[in-house]
Amino acid sequence: MVGEHSSKQYDQELEAIRSKVLLMGGMVETQFDEAIDAFRVGNADQADKVIGDDQAVNQLEVQLDDACSHLIVRRQPAANDLRTVMATIKVITDLERIGDEASKIARTAKSLHERGMIGFNHYDIVRTISRNTADMLHDALDAFARLDGKQALQIIAQDDEIDYEFRTILRNMITFMMEDPRTISSALDTLWVAKAIERIGDHAKNIAEYVIYVVEGRDIRHSKPALLSQAEG
Amino acid sequence: MIMMTQAAISTANAKATVSKPKAKTIEVQGLDFYYGKTQSLKNVSLDIHDRQVTAFIGPSGCGKSTLLRTLNRMYDLYPGQRAEGSILYRGRNILEPGVDVNMLRAKVGMVFQKPTPFPMSVYDNIAFGVRLYENLSKGEMDERVEWALKKAALWLEVKDKLNKSGLSLSGGQQQRLCIARGVAVKPDVLLLDEPTSALDPISTAKIEELISELKGDYTIAIVTHNMQQAARCSDYTAYMYLGELVEFGETDQLFMNPSRKETQDYITGRFG
Repeated sequence: MVGEHSSKQYDQELEAIRSKVLLMGGMVETQFDEAIDAFRVGNADQADKVIGDDQAVNQLEVQLDDACSHLIVRRQPAANDLRTVMATIKVITDLERIGDEASKIARTAKSLHERGMIGFNHYDIVRTISRNTADMLHDALDAFARLDGKQALQIIAQDDEIDYEFRTILRNMITFMMEDPRTISSALDTLWVAKAIERIGDHAKNIAEYVIYVVEGRDIRHSKPALLSQAEG
Repeated sequence: MIMMTQAAISTANAKATVSKPKAKTIEVQGLDFYYGKTQSLKNVSLDIHDRQVTAFIGPSGCGKSTLLRTLNRMYDLYPGQRAEGSILYRGRNILEPGVDVNMLRAKVGMVFQKPTPFPMSVYDNIAFGVRLYENLSKGEMDERVEWALKKAALWLEVKDKLNKSGLSLSGGQQQRLCIARGVAVKPDVLLLDEPTSALDPISTAKIEELISELKGDYTIAIVTHNMQQAARCSDYTAYMYLGELVEFGETDQLFMNPSRKETQDYITGRFG
Protein backbone atom coordinates (compact mmCIF):
# COMPACT_ATOMS: atom_id res chain seq x y z
CA MET A 1 0.00 0.00 0.00
CA VAL A 2 1.04 3.60 -0.48
CA GLY A 3 2.37 5.46 2.53
CA GLU A 4 1.04 8.56 4.21
CA HIS A 5 1.45 12.14 3.08
CA SER A 6 3.57 14.60 5.04
CA SER A 7 0.30 16.50 5.36
CA LYS A 8 -2.10 14.47 7.54
CA GLN A 9 -4.90 16.78 6.45
CA TYR A 10 -4.33 15.68 2.84
CA ASP A 11 -4.62 12.02 3.88
CA GLN A 12 -7.84 12.76 5.71
CA GLU A 13 -9.33 14.57 2.72
CA LEU A 14 -8.49 11.68 0.37
CA GLU A 15 -9.82 9.14 2.86
CA ALA A 16 -13.04 11.11 3.32
CA ILE A 17 -13.60 11.06 -0.44
CA ARG A 18 -12.82 7.36 -0.67
CA SER A 19 -15.19 6.36 2.11
CA LYS A 20 -17.97 8.51 0.66
CA VAL A 21 -17.56 6.77 -2.71
CA LEU A 22 -17.85 3.41 -0.96
CA LEU A 23 -20.92 4.65 0.91
CA MET A 24 -22.44 5.73 -2.39
CA GLY A 25 -21.55 2.33 -3.87
CA GLY A 26 -23.30 0.57 -0.99
CA MET A 27 -26.39 2.74 -1.50
CA VAL A 28 -26.73 1.92 -5.21
CA GLU A 29 -26.12 -1.77 -4.50
CA THR A 30 -29.05 -1.71 -2.06
CA GLN A 31 -31.14 0.25 -4.57
CA PHE A 32 -30.46 -2.38 -7.22
CA ASP A 33 -31.23 -5.33 -4.88
CA GLU A 34 -34.45 -3.74 -3.68
CA ALA A 35 -35.53 -2.78 -7.19
CA ILE A 36 -35.12 -6.40 -8.33
CA ASP A 37 -37.01 -7.55 -5.24
CA ALA A 38 -39.82 -5.10 -5.95
CA PHE A 39 -39.93 -6.40 -9.51
CA ARG A 40 -40.07 -10.00 -8.26
CA VAL A 41 -42.88 -9.65 -5.72
CA GLY A 42 -44.62 -6.54 -7.03
CA ASN A 43 -44.18 -4.51 -3.86
CA ALA A 44 -45.12 -0.91 -4.76
CA ASP A 45 -43.89 0.51 -1.41
CA GLN A 46 -40.49 -0.97 -1.92
CA ALA A 47 -40.40 0.37 -5.47
CA ASP A 48 -41.26 3.85 -4.14
CA LYS A 49 -38.44 3.57 -1.60
CA VAL A 50 -35.93 2.77 -4.35
CA ILE A 51 -37.12 5.77 -6.36
CA GLY A 52 -36.97 7.99 -3.25
CA ASP A 53 -33.46 6.80 -2.33
CA ASP A 54 -32.18 8.08 -5.65
CA GLN A 55 -32.30 11.62 -4.23
CA ALA A 56 -29.68 10.79 -1.61
CA VAL A 57 -27.46 9.13 -4.24
CA ASN A 58 -27.71 12.21 -6.46
CA GLN A 59 -26.82 14.43 -3.51
CA LEU A 60 -23.73 12.35 -2.82
CA GLU A 61 -22.64 12.71 -6.43
CA VAL A 62 -22.82 16.50 -6.14
CA GLN A 63 -20.98 16.49 -2.79
CA LEU A 64 -18.23 14.22 -4.09
CA ASP A 65 -17.71 16.24 -7.27
CA ASP A 66 -17.33 19.28 -5.06
CA ALA A 67 -14.91 17.52 -2.71
CA CYS A 68 -12.79 16.39 -5.68
CA SER A 69 -12.56 19.86 -7.20
CA HIS A 70 -11.65 21.27 -3.80
CA LEU A 71 -8.92 18.67 -3.41
CA ILE A 72 -7.52 19.53 -6.85
CA VAL A 73 -7.43 23.24 -6.17
CA ARG A 74 -5.97 22.91 -2.68
CA ARG A 75 -3.54 20.04 -3.11
CA GLN A 76 -2.64 19.83 -6.81
CA PRO A 77 -2.51 16.03 -6.61
CA ALA A 78 0.03 14.19 -8.76
CA ALA A 79 0.68 10.62 -9.91
CA ASN A 80 -1.46 8.02 -8.07
CA ASP A 81 -3.30 10.70 -6.09
CA LEU A 82 -4.25 12.49 -9.29
CA ARG A 83 -5.37 9.24 -10.88
CA THR A 84 -7.45 8.44 -7.80
CA VAL A 85 -9.22 11.79 -7.98
CA MET A 86 -9.79 11.54 -11.74
CA ALA A 87 -11.12 7.98 -11.38
CA THR A 88 -13.35 9.00 -8.47
CA ILE A 89 -15.00 11.74 -10.51
CA LYS A 90 -15.79 9.14 -13.16
CA VAL A 91 -16.78 6.33 -10.79
CA ILE A 92 -19.41 8.49 -9.10
CA THR A 93 -20.95 9.32 -12.48
CA ASP A 94 -21.32 5.60 -13.11
CA LEU A 95 -22.70 5.02 -9.61
CA GLU A 96 -25.26 7.78 -10.08
CA ARG A 97 -26.38 6.20 -13.35
CA ILE A 98 -26.65 2.79 -11.67
CA GLY A 99 -29.01 4.52 -9.23
CA ASP A 100 -31.01 5.86 -12.19
CA GLU A 101 -31.23 2.39 -13.74
CA ALA A 102 -32.39 0.92 -10.41
CA SER A 103 -35.12 3.58 -10.23
CA LYS A 104 -36.10 2.71 -13.78
CA ILE A 105 -36.46 -0.96 -12.75
CA ALA A 106 -38.54 0.08 -9.72
CA ARG A 107 -40.88 2.21 -11.85
CA THR A 108 -41.31 -0.61 -14.35
CA ALA A 109 -42.00 -3.04 -11.48
CA LYS A 110 -44.80 -0.74 -10.29
CA SER A 111 -46.46 -0.31 -13.66
CA LEU A 112 -46.14 -4.02 -14.49
CA HIS A 113 -47.87 -5.07 -11.28
CA GLU A 114 -50.46 -2.30 -11.40
CA ARG A 115 -51.59 -3.60 -14.80
CA GLY A 116 -51.50 -7.12 -13.40
CA MET A 117 -51.53 -9.04 -16.66
CA ILE A 118 -48.32 -10.93 -17.18
CA GLY A 119 -48.76 -14.39 -18.70
CA PHE A 120 -45.24 -15.65 -17.98
CA ASN A 121 -42.88 -15.78 -15.03
CA HIS A 122 -41.28 -12.38 -15.46
CA TYR A 123 -38.79 -12.79 -12.61
CA ASP A 124 -37.50 -16.12 -13.93
CA ILE A 125 -36.53 -14.35 -17.13
CA VAL A 126 -34.16 -11.88 -15.44
CA ARG A 127 -33.09 -13.98 -12.44
CA THR A 128 -29.71 -15.08 -13.80
CA ILE A 129 -28.74 -11.76 -15.36
CA SER A 130 -29.70 -9.83 -12.22
CA ARG A 131 -27.75 -12.16 -9.91
CA ASN A 132 -24.66 -12.05 -12.11
CA THR A 133 -24.87 -8.28 -12.43
CA ALA A 134 -25.30 -7.82 -8.68
CA ASP A 135 -22.18 -9.95 -8.15
CA MET A 136 -20.31 -7.98 -10.78
CA LEU A 137 -21.26 -4.65 -9.18
CA HIS A 138 -20.27 -5.92 -5.75
CA ASP A 139 -16.92 -7.13 -7.06
CA ALA A 140 -16.29 -3.84 -8.89
CA LEU A 141 -16.84 -1.87 -5.69
CA ASP A 142 -14.67 -4.35 -3.83
CA ALA A 143 -11.89 -3.96 -6.40
CA PHE A 144 -12.18 -0.19 -6.07
CA ALA A 145 -11.99 -0.38 -2.27
CA ARG A 146 -8.94 -2.65 -2.33
CA LEU A 147 -7.41 -1.22 -5.54
CA ASP A 148 -7.19 -4.75 -6.90
CA GLY A 149 -6.22 -4.62 -10.58
CA LYS A 150 -6.44 -8.40 -11.06
CA GLN A 151 -10.01 -8.58 -9.82
CA ALA A 152 -10.85 -5.60 -12.04
CA LEU A 153 -9.64 -7.47 -15.12
CA GLN A 154 -11.86 -10.44 -14.26
CA ILE A 155 -14.87 -8.15 -13.90
CA ILE A 156 -14.26 -6.66 -17.32
CA ALA A 157 -14.33 -10.16 -18.83
CA GLN A 158 -17.67 -10.89 -17.07
CA ASP A 159 -19.43 -8.11 -18.93
CA ASP A 160 -19.47 -10.19 -22.12
CA GLU A 161 -21.53 -12.85 -20.32
CA ILE A 162 -24.04 -10.24 -19.14
CA ASP A 163 -24.37 -8.94 -22.70
CA TYR A 164 -24.90 -12.50 -23.92
CA GLU A 165 -27.60 -13.10 -21.30
CA PHE A 166 -29.36 -9.93 -22.38
CA ARG A 167 -29.44 -11.07 -26.02
CA THR A 168 -30.89 -14.40 -24.89
CA ILE A 169 -33.64 -12.57 -22.98
CA LEU A 170 -34.34 -10.45 -26.04
CA ARG A 171 -34.84 -13.56 -28.20
CA ASN A 172 -37.06 -15.12 -25.51
CA MET A 173 -39.24 -12.06 -25.26
CA ILE A 174 -39.61 -11.84 -29.02
CA THR A 175 -40.81 -15.45 -29.00
CA PHE A 176 -43.41 -14.71 -26.27
CA MET A 177 -44.67 -11.66 -28.10
CA MET A 178 -45.01 -13.49 -31.40
CA GLU A 179 -46.81 -16.42 -29.80
CA ASP A 180 -49.24 -14.37 -27.75
CA PRO A 181 -49.65 -10.64 -28.58
CA ARG A 182 -51.41 -10.11 -25.22
CA THR A 183 -48.01 -10.46 -23.54
CA ILE A 184 -46.51 -7.61 -25.56
CA SER A 185 -46.77 -4.85 -22.96
CA SER A 186 -45.48 -6.99 -20.07
CA ALA A 187 -42.81 -8.53 -22.29
CA LEU A 188 -41.63 -5.03 -23.22
CA ASP A 189 -41.59 -4.03 -19.54
CA THR A 190 -39.52 -7.11 -18.69
CA LEU A 191 -37.23 -6.29 -21.58
CA TRP A 192 -36.72 -2.72 -20.24
CA VAL A 193 -35.80 -4.21 -16.89
CA ALA A 194 -33.33 -6.60 -18.52
CA LYS A 195 -31.86 -3.68 -20.48
CA ALA A 196 -31.48 -1.62 -17.28
CA ILE A 197 -29.69 -4.56 -15.63
CA GLU A 198 -27.41 -4.93 -18.64
CA ARG A 199 -26.57 -1.20 -18.40
CA ILE A 200 -25.71 -1.62 -14.72
CA GLY A 201 -23.25 -4.31 -15.84
CA ASP A 202 -21.69 -1.80 -18.25
CA HIS A 203 -21.30 0.74 -15.44
CA ALA A 204 -19.70 -1.90 -13.20
CA LYS A 205 -17.28 -2.66 -16.03
CA ASN A 206 -16.43 1.05 -16.30
CA ILE A 207 -15.66 1.14 -12.58
CA ALA A 208 -13.33 -1.84 -13.01
CA GLU A 209 -11.56 -0.01 -15.85
CA TYR A 210 -10.98 3.02 -13.60
CA VAL A 211 -9.49 0.72 -10.95
CA ILE A 212 -6.89 -0.40 -13.49
CA TYR A 213 -6.22 3.24 -14.34
CA VAL A 214 -5.59 4.06 -10.68
CA VAL A 215 -3.43 1.02 -10.03
CA GLU A 216 -1.37 0.83 -13.22
CA GLY A 217 -1.79 4.25 -14.81
CA ARG A 218 -3.06 2.61 -18.01
CA ASP A 219 -6.28 3.73 -19.65
CA ILE A 220 -7.76 0.54 -21.10
CA ARG A 221 -11.15 1.94 -22.08
CA HIS A 222 -12.22 1.04 -25.61
CA SER A 223 -9.29 -1.35 -26.00
CA LYS A 224 -9.58 -4.59 -27.90
CA PRO A 225 -9.79 -7.80 -25.81
CA ALA A 226 -6.43 -8.90 -27.28
CA LEU A 227 -4.76 -5.86 -25.73
CA LEU A 228 -6.48 -6.47 -22.44
CA SER A 229 -5.11 -9.99 -22.14
CA GLN A 230 -1.72 -8.66 -23.21
CA ALA A 231 -1.96 -6.34 -20.26
CA GLU A 232 -2.85 -9.22 -17.99
CA GLY A 233 0.23 -11.22 -19.01
CA MET B 1 0.68 -10.33 -38.18
CA ILE B 2 -0.23 -8.16 -41.12
CA MET B 3 -3.56 -6.82 -39.90
CA MET B 4 -3.21 -4.62 -36.85
CA THR B 5 -6.14 -3.35 -34.87
CA GLN B 6 -6.62 0.40 -34.71
CA ALA B 7 -5.76 0.38 -31.03
CA ALA B 8 -2.60 -1.60 -31.63
CA ILE B 9 -1.55 0.83 -34.35
CA SER B 10 -2.10 3.86 -32.17
CA THR B 11 -0.18 2.20 -29.32
CA ALA B 12 2.67 1.48 -31.70
CA ASN B 13 2.66 5.11 -32.84
CA ALA B 14 2.66 6.35 -29.28
CA LYS B 15 5.70 4.21 -28.55
CA ALA B 16 7.45 5.56 -31.62
CA THR B 17 6.94 9.14 -30.43
CA VAL B 18 8.35 8.34 -27.04
CA SER B 19 11.47 6.61 -28.28
CA LYS B 20 12.15 8.97 -31.19
CA PRO B 21 15.75 10.05 -30.69
CA LYS B 22 16.09 13.78 -30.11
CA ALA B 23 19.31 15.73 -30.60
CA LYS B 24 21.31 15.97 -27.39
CA THR B 25 23.00 19.18 -26.32
CA ILE B 26 24.61 17.74 -23.23
CA GLU B 27 25.32 14.12 -22.32
CA VAL B 28 26.22 13.50 -18.70
CA GLN B 29 27.88 10.11 -18.20
CA GLY B 30 28.86 8.50 -14.90
CA LEU B 31 29.30 11.83 -13.16
CA ASP B 32 30.64 11.89 -9.59
CA PHE B 33 31.11 15.15 -7.72
CA TYR B 34 33.01 15.87 -4.53
CA TYR B 35 33.02 18.79 -2.13
CA GLY B 36 36.36 17.95 -0.58
CA LYS B 37 35.84 14.42 0.74
CA THR B 38 32.05 14.54 0.61
CA GLN B 39 30.61 12.92 -2.47
CA SER B 40 27.49 14.80 -3.55
CA LEU B 41 26.79 13.29 -6.97
CA LYS B 42 26.95 9.55 -7.51
CA ASN B 43 27.25 8.10 -10.98
CA VAL B 44 24.73 10.44 -12.61
CA SER B 45 23.99 9.85 -16.30
CA LEU B 46 21.40 11.69 -18.34
CA ASP B 47 20.93 13.53 -21.63
CA ILE B 48 19.83 17.14 -21.95
CA HIS B 49 17.97 17.52 -25.20
CA ASP B 50 18.25 20.29 -27.72
CA ARG B 51 15.71 23.11 -27.40
CA GLN B 52 13.84 21.39 -24.63
CA VAL B 53 13.38 22.33 -20.99
CA THR B 54 14.83 19.85 -18.50
CA ALA B 55 13.83 20.28 -14.86
CA PHE B 56 15.69 18.95 -11.83
CA ILE B 57 13.62 18.30 -8.73
CA GLY B 58 14.35 16.72 -5.38
CA PRO B 59 14.63 17.58 -1.70
CA SER B 60 17.25 20.00 -0.40
CA GLY B 61 20.77 18.64 -0.62
CA CYS B 62 19.94 16.04 -3.27
CA GLY B 63 22.56 17.43 -5.66
CA LYS B 64 20.36 19.12 -8.23
CA SER B 65 22.05 22.51 -7.95
CA THR B 66 25.44 20.80 -7.86
CA LEU B 67 24.62 19.01 -11.09
CA LEU B 68 23.55 22.28 -12.70
CA ARG B 69 26.77 23.95 -11.57
CA THR B 70 28.87 21.24 -13.21
CA LEU B 71 27.30 21.92 -16.59
CA ASN B 72 29.26 25.16 -17.01
CA ARG B 73 31.99 24.32 -14.47
CA MET B 74 30.83 27.01 -12.11
CA TYR B 75 32.33 24.88 -9.31
CA ASP B 76 35.83 25.67 -10.69
CA LEU B 77 35.62 28.95 -8.80
CA TYR B 78 35.86 27.06 -5.51
CA PRO B 79 38.91 25.12 -4.35
CA GLY B 80 38.45 21.51 -3.25
CA GLN B 81 35.47 20.82 -5.49
CA ARG B 82 35.94 18.36 -8.29
CA ALA B 83 33.95 16.38 -10.83
CA GLU B 84 34.74 12.95 -12.30
CA GLY B 85 33.12 11.19 -15.20
CA SER B 86 32.25 13.00 -18.38
CA ILE B 87 29.96 15.77 -19.53
CA LEU B 88 29.82 15.95 -23.31
CA TYR B 89 28.70 19.34 -24.52
CA ARG B 90 28.08 19.17 -28.27
CA GLY B 91 30.29 16.08 -28.29
CA ARG B 92 33.24 17.49 -26.33
CA ASN B 93 34.04 16.54 -22.74
CA ILE B 94 34.01 19.83 -20.82
CA LEU B 95 35.60 18.24 -17.74
CA GLU B 96 38.88 17.75 -19.58
CA PRO B 97 41.72 20.14 -18.81
CA GLY B 98 42.32 22.64 -21.56
CA VAL B 99 38.68 23.57 -21.99
CA ASP B 100 38.27 27.35 -22.25
CA VAL B 101 36.01 27.88 -19.25
CA ASN B 102 35.16 31.46 -20.22
CA MET B 103 33.98 30.43 -23.67
CA LEU B 104 32.08 27.55 -22.09
CA ARG B 105 30.26 29.93 -19.74
CA ALA B 106 29.44 32.22 -22.65
CA LYS B 107 27.80 29.25 -24.37
CA VAL B 108 26.24 27.83 -21.21
CA GLY B 109 24.83 30.80 -19.31
CA MET B 110 23.47 30.74 -15.78
CA VAL B 111 20.82 32.63 -13.84
CA PHE B 112 20.80 32.35 -10.06
CA GLN B 113 18.18 32.08 -7.36
CA LYS B 114 18.47 35.68 -6.24
CA PRO B 115 18.44 38.35 -8.92
CA THR B 116 22.01 39.62 -9.24
CA PRO B 117 21.95 42.80 -11.31
CA PHE B 118 25.25 44.72 -11.36
CA PRO B 119 25.19 48.14 -9.66
CA MET B 120 25.05 49.94 -12.97
CA SER B 121 22.44 51.08 -15.47
CA VAL B 122 19.96 48.68 -17.07
CA TYR B 123 21.74 49.23 -20.39
CA ASP B 124 25.19 48.52 -18.99
CA ASN B 125 23.98 45.44 -17.17
CA ILE B 126 23.32 43.91 -20.59
CA ALA B 127 26.26 45.49 -22.45
CA PHE B 128 28.78 44.44 -19.79
CA GLY B 129 28.74 40.76 -20.69
CA VAL B 130 28.63 41.39 -24.43
CA ARG B 131 31.74 43.60 -24.27
CA LEU B 132 33.71 40.70 -22.79
CA TYR B 133 33.23 38.59 -25.90
CA GLU B 134 32.44 40.93 -28.77
CA ASN B 135 33.51 44.29 -30.08
CA LEU B 136 30.33 46.03 -31.18
CA SER B 137 29.75 49.58 -32.41
CA LYS B 138 27.40 51.82 -30.42
CA GLY B 139 24.59 51.17 -32.90
CA GLU B 140 25.11 47.42 -32.83
CA MET B 141 25.25 47.40 -29.05
CA ASP B 142 21.98 49.40 -28.85
CA GLU B 143 20.40 46.79 -31.08
CA ARG B 144 21.76 43.94 -29.01
CA VAL B 145 20.51 45.44 -25.74
CA GLU B 146 17.06 45.99 -27.19
CA TRP B 147 17.02 42.47 -28.65
CA ALA B 148 18.04 40.87 -25.34
CA LEU B 149 15.51 42.90 -23.35
CA LYS B 150 12.80 41.94 -25.81
CA LYS B 151 13.81 38.26 -25.56
CA ALA B 152 13.48 38.52 -21.79
CA ALA B 153 10.05 40.19 -22.11
CA LEU B 154 11.33 43.26 -20.29
CA TRP B 155 11.74 45.82 -23.09
CA LEU B 156 8.35 47.48 -22.79
CA GLU B 157 8.81 47.98 -19.05
CA VAL B 158 12.33 49.45 -19.16
CA LYS B 159 12.75 51.09 -22.56
CA ASP B 160 12.31 54.55 -21.03
CA LYS B 161 14.66 53.94 -18.13
CA LEU B 162 17.67 52.27 -19.71
CA ASN B 163 19.95 54.68 -17.86
CA LYS B 164 18.45 54.02 -14.46
CA SER B 165 20.15 51.62 -12.09
CA GLY B 166 19.35 47.95 -12.53
CA LEU B 167 18.83 47.84 -8.76
CA SER B 168 15.85 50.21 -9.06
CA LEU B 169 13.78 47.54 -10.81
CA SER B 170 11.34 45.23 -9.01
CA GLY B 171 12.47 41.71 -8.05
CA GLY B 172 10.75 40.12 -11.03
CA GLN B 173 12.16 42.75 -13.40
CA GLN B 174 15.63 42.27 -11.92
CA GLN B 175 15.41 38.52 -12.54
CA ARG B 176 14.31 39.10 -16.13
CA LEU B 177 17.19 41.58 -16.47
CA CYS B 178 19.55 38.81 -15.39
CA ILE B 179 17.99 36.50 -17.97
CA ALA B 180 18.38 39.24 -20.59
CA ARG B 181 22.04 39.57 -19.57
CA GLY B 182 22.45 35.83 -20.00
CA VAL B 183 20.70 35.86 -23.36
CA ALA B 184 22.63 38.91 -24.67
CA VAL B 185 25.85 36.96 -25.21
CA LYS B 186 23.84 34.56 -27.41
CA PRO B 187 24.44 31.38 -25.43
CA ASP B 188 23.41 27.93 -26.49
CA VAL B 189 22.22 26.68 -23.12
CA LEU B 190 20.60 28.54 -20.22
CA LEU B 191 20.92 27.13 -16.70
CA LEU B 192 18.35 28.47 -14.27
CA ASP B 193 18.93 27.77 -10.57
CA GLU B 194 15.59 28.33 -8.83
CA PRO B 195 14.96 31.47 -10.86
CA THR B 196 11.58 32.25 -9.31
CA SER B 197 11.94 31.20 -5.68
CA ALA B 198 12.25 34.83 -4.56
CA LEU B 199 9.49 36.15 -6.82
CA ASP B 200 5.76 36.79 -6.47
CA PRO B 201 3.27 34.68 -8.50
CA ILE B 202 2.84 37.21 -11.31
CA SER B 203 6.58 37.65 -11.83
CA THR B 204 6.90 33.86 -11.62
CA ALA B 205 4.27 33.45 -14.33
CA LYS B 206 6.17 35.93 -16.53
CA ILE B 207 9.44 34.02 -16.07
CA GLU B 208 7.70 30.73 -16.85
CA GLU B 209 6.15 32.27 -19.95
CA LEU B 210 9.61 33.47 -20.89
CA ILE B 211 11.07 29.99 -20.43
CA SER B 212 8.56 28.53 -22.86
CA GLU B 213 9.39 31.26 -25.40
CA LEU B 214 13.16 30.95 -24.98
CA LYS B 215 13.14 27.21 -25.53
CA GLY B 216 12.51 27.86 -29.21
CA ASP B 217 16.13 29.09 -29.41
CA TYR B 218 17.90 27.67 -26.38
CA THR B 219 18.35 24.48 -24.45
CA ILE B 220 17.21 25.12 -20.90
CA ALA B 221 17.94 23.32 -17.64
CA ILE B 222 16.10 24.49 -14.54
CA VAL B 223 16.43 23.56 -10.89
CA THR B 224 13.25 24.15 -8.93
CA HIS B 225 11.77 23.35 -5.53
CA ASN B 226 8.35 23.95 -6.94
CA MET B 227 7.06 20.71 -8.42
CA GLN B 228 4.12 22.38 -10.10
CA GLN B 229 6.60 24.66 -11.82
CA ALA B 230 8.53 21.66 -13.14
CA ALA B 231 5.25 20.12 -14.31
CA ARG B 232 4.15 23.37 -15.95
CA CYS B 233 7.22 24.38 -17.87
CA SER B 234 9.50 21.42 -18.53
CA ASP B 235 9.59 18.71 -21.19
CA TYR B 236 11.83 16.38 -19.20
CA THR B 237 12.15 15.99 -15.46
CA ALA B 238 14.89 14.43 -13.39
CA TYR B 239 14.16 13.41 -9.81
CA MET B 240 17.28 13.29 -7.63
CA TYR B 241 17.78 12.07 -4.10
CA LEU B 242 20.96 11.91 -1.99
CA GLY B 243 23.18 12.62 -4.97
CA GLU B 244 21.66 9.94 -7.18
CA LEU B 245 19.43 10.26 -10.19
CA VAL B 246 16.34 8.28 -9.18
CA GLU B 247 14.22 8.79 -12.27
CA PHE B 248 14.53 10.73 -15.48
CA GLY B 249 11.84 10.91 -18.12
CA GLU B 250 9.24 12.92 -19.95
CA THR B 251 7.56 15.34 -17.57
CA ASP B 252 3.98 14.23 -18.31
CA GLN B 253 4.87 10.61 -17.73
CA LEU B 254 6.82 11.35 -14.57
CA PHE B 255 4.02 13.34 -12.98
CA MET B 256 1.13 11.11 -14.14
CA ASN B 257 2.65 7.69 -13.71
CA PRO B 258 6.22 7.63 -12.41
CA SER B 259 7.98 4.29 -12.72
CA ARG B 260 9.78 4.47 -9.37
CA LYS B 261 7.96 4.43 -6.04
CA GLU B 262 10.48 6.91 -4.58
CA THR B 263 9.53 9.41 -7.28
CA GLN B 264 5.83 8.88 -6.65
CA ASP B 265 6.28 9.41 -2.91
CA TYR B 266 8.15 12.66 -3.50
CA ILE B 267 5.82 14.22 -6.05
CA THR B 268 2.69 13.27 -4.14
CA GLY B 269 4.04 14.68 -0.87
CA ARG B 270 4.57 11.36 0.92
CA PHE B 271 8.21 12.17 1.51
CA GLY B 272 9.80 12.00 4.95
